[in-house]
Amino acid sequence: MTTAKARAKEEAGTPEELLGLLRQMMLIRRFEEKSAEMYARGRIAGFLHLYIGQEAVGVGAEAAIEPDDYVVTHYRDHGQALARGLDPNAIMAELFGRTTGVSKGRGGSMHLFDVSKHFMGGYAIVGGHLPLSCGLALASKQLKNGRIVLCFFGDGAVNQGEFHEALNLAAVWRLPVVFLCENNLYGMGTDIRRVSAEAEVYRRACAYNIPAEQVDGMDVLAVRDVARKAVQHTRDGKGPYFVEAVTYRFRGHSMADPEFYRTKEEVQQWRTRDPIPLFERQLRDWGLMDDAGIKRLEDEAEGVVNEAERFAEESPAPDVSTLYDNVYEE
Amino acid sequence: MPETNIREALRQTLREALQQDEHVILMGEDIGAYGGSYGVTRGLLQEFGDERVRDTPISESVVVGCGIGAAMGGMRPIVELMTINFSFLAFDQIINVASTVHYMSGGQINVPLVIRMASGGGSQLAATHSHDLAGWYAHVPGLKVAVPSTPYDARGLLKTALREENTVIFVEHTAIYGLRGEVPDEDYSVPFGQAQVMREGGDVTIVGYSGSVHQALRAAEMLAGQAIEAEVLNLRTLRPLDVDAIINSVKKTTRAVVVEDDWCFGGFGGEIVALIQERAFDYLDAPVARVCGADVPMPYAKVLETAALPSEQHIVDAALAMR
Ligand SMILES: Cc1ncc(C[n+]2csc(CCOP(=O)(O)OP(=O)(O)O)c2C)c(N)n1
Ligand SMILES: [Mg+2]
Repeated sequence: MTTAKARAKEEAGTPEELLGLLRQMMLIRRFEEKSAEMYARGRIAGFLHLYIGQEAVGVGAEAAIEPDDYVVTHYRDHGQALARGLDPNAIMAELFGRTTGVSKGRGGSMHLFDVSKHFMGGYAIVGGHLPLSCGLALASKQLKNGRIVLCFFGDGAVNQGEFHEALNLAAVWRLPVVFLCENNLYGMGTDIRRVSAEAEVYRRACAYNIPAEQVDGMDVLAVRDVARKAVQHTRDGKGPYFVEAVTYRFRGHSMADPEFYRTKEEVQQWRTRDPIPLFERQLRDWGLMDDAGIKRLEDEAEGVVNEAERFAEESPAPDVSTLYDNVYEE
Repeated sequence: MPETNIREALRQTLREALQQDEHVILMGEDIGAYGGSYGVTRGLLQEFGDERVRDTPISESVVVGCGIGAAMGGMRPIVELMTINFSFLAFDQIINVASTVHYMSGGQINVPLVIRMASGGGSQLAATHSHDLAGWYAHVPGLKVAVPSTPYDARGLLKTALREENTVIFVEHTAIYGLRGEVPDEDYSVPFGQAQVMREGGDVTIVGYSGSVHQALRAAEMLAGQAIEAEVLNLRTLRPLDVDAIINSVKKTTRAVVVEDDWCFGGFGGEIVALIQERAFDYLDAPVARVCGADVPMPYAKVLETAALPSEQHIVDAALAMR
């Protein structure tokens, strides 16, 4: 597994870049905590899947791509959407089911879309969006527009036929896709080791001759660096690349999860590897962060998230007369 | 268990099947350690162990296909799919294999498989988790389709499904898992192809199945307030379909409203309407009405979702328009 323990400060990036990563992770964390609160207060309904614990994956990977590249993901999508730069107000409004939401209140938490940001969607059928990543990549390749596709999915998706079909097609057609598996060790309540013959997910890519590696998904710089390598590979026209980021979700699968399947000790153990304090300590060691700096970032995240709540709260619910809008492109 | 809910009635029936017949196994995503996404199988893993209650990978196609093969090989598998939408990933196995192989093999092979799947909207799960497509399966010869709407039916129909020699698609509406009702202690089953009159009336027949039966009952209550006596017919199974029960009721009432959560266009309700006009045309005093889900992918926002689902008010309006 690739880790970034003894990294030199100089190689890690500019101070602005590094602070930016921490800022994004803190924003996602705060946004998700607020979402949980809004769910408890009945403002958000349906299934709500939080990204808490996995922030380093979305943020690290996003740091490796260009705004013009495409992102597709699954239903645990708030973190990647925020990292992509979707408007937090419009994301929260979507969770509230308001017209001002990124998907105009039609999609909800699991189905965020913002084509202007080349965020091509959150998809809630496990494995169902991997084929789309091939298609987007095919279009980029034929149109020679230089865009690559970053495709996020969970460890649960790797046993679907679509996963294997997509990897194979991407490989034989040398499509510019970075397949990024967020292995948080569980698909809903199922331990990956109970249902996956090969639980080291990245090793599956070798069946398709796709270069692959595993990275510490709690280390934002490690994720970013591996993702950069993967992105360079695909941009150079060498075909897909596979990254497995080993991570952990600190909260239940969704808000309805009784969590019978894992112990409190296990969760506690992983919390000691919380990606945010880990990176914070790294920045302190490098002299780039202090208490006041942390406080500033916390206040900033708090401000953005409170504004998102206010915006969502004040936004109108869709009008029933619009029910039939957008069934077809007119 | 005289009074219980649908979830418990199903669990008890599954438990008994596991106790009584070692050929019965359960397979599905998160049915074991997690306790089932709707809690139906909670505790069964602990009671019967992981060879009888099998947590599967997220691989609907192979899980259903494996169920088909196991049934061919002499087992009595029961597969749970979290949501009817996910059954589309196993559509090939269900439509191209389970429904055809008995016929194609000249009757040599049969597939006594029960595929349970949750269905229905109303929980703001949006367009990929809210379908109610029991009618799609009813389209296919070789399959049987059960659509319980009460705890009594859930238990009785599941018992029949477990004695079937054919593949049964068993559709459970998510909005009514907690619905309570009487379930007798003694052994009974509800035969396939026998609809039930849930409420008698002489003015209009309301035909429903699955969750919509309860809307029909509430609508009948509202209509009674306006001196219209509605007869509510609960289909219980879509294939086989109790055509006689529908026709007899319509001959009596001379009017009919057909209710389903599914989309209207090309939907199962159209089949019922066709049967009524074929066999009771001369008795009708009004065109048969249909109340269905709106012709859109299911939206997330509450107001839109509510508008997209059929309601008791829609049924009442349809019945009143026939006067
Ligand atoms: C085809 C399909 N089957 C089942 C589900 C129900 N389901 C939703 S999320 C999930 C677990 C997925 O786990 P994983 O891919 O590891 O992602 P994570 O939730 O851990 O981020 C399941 C089984 C689904 N949405 N789609
Ligand atoms: Mg997972």
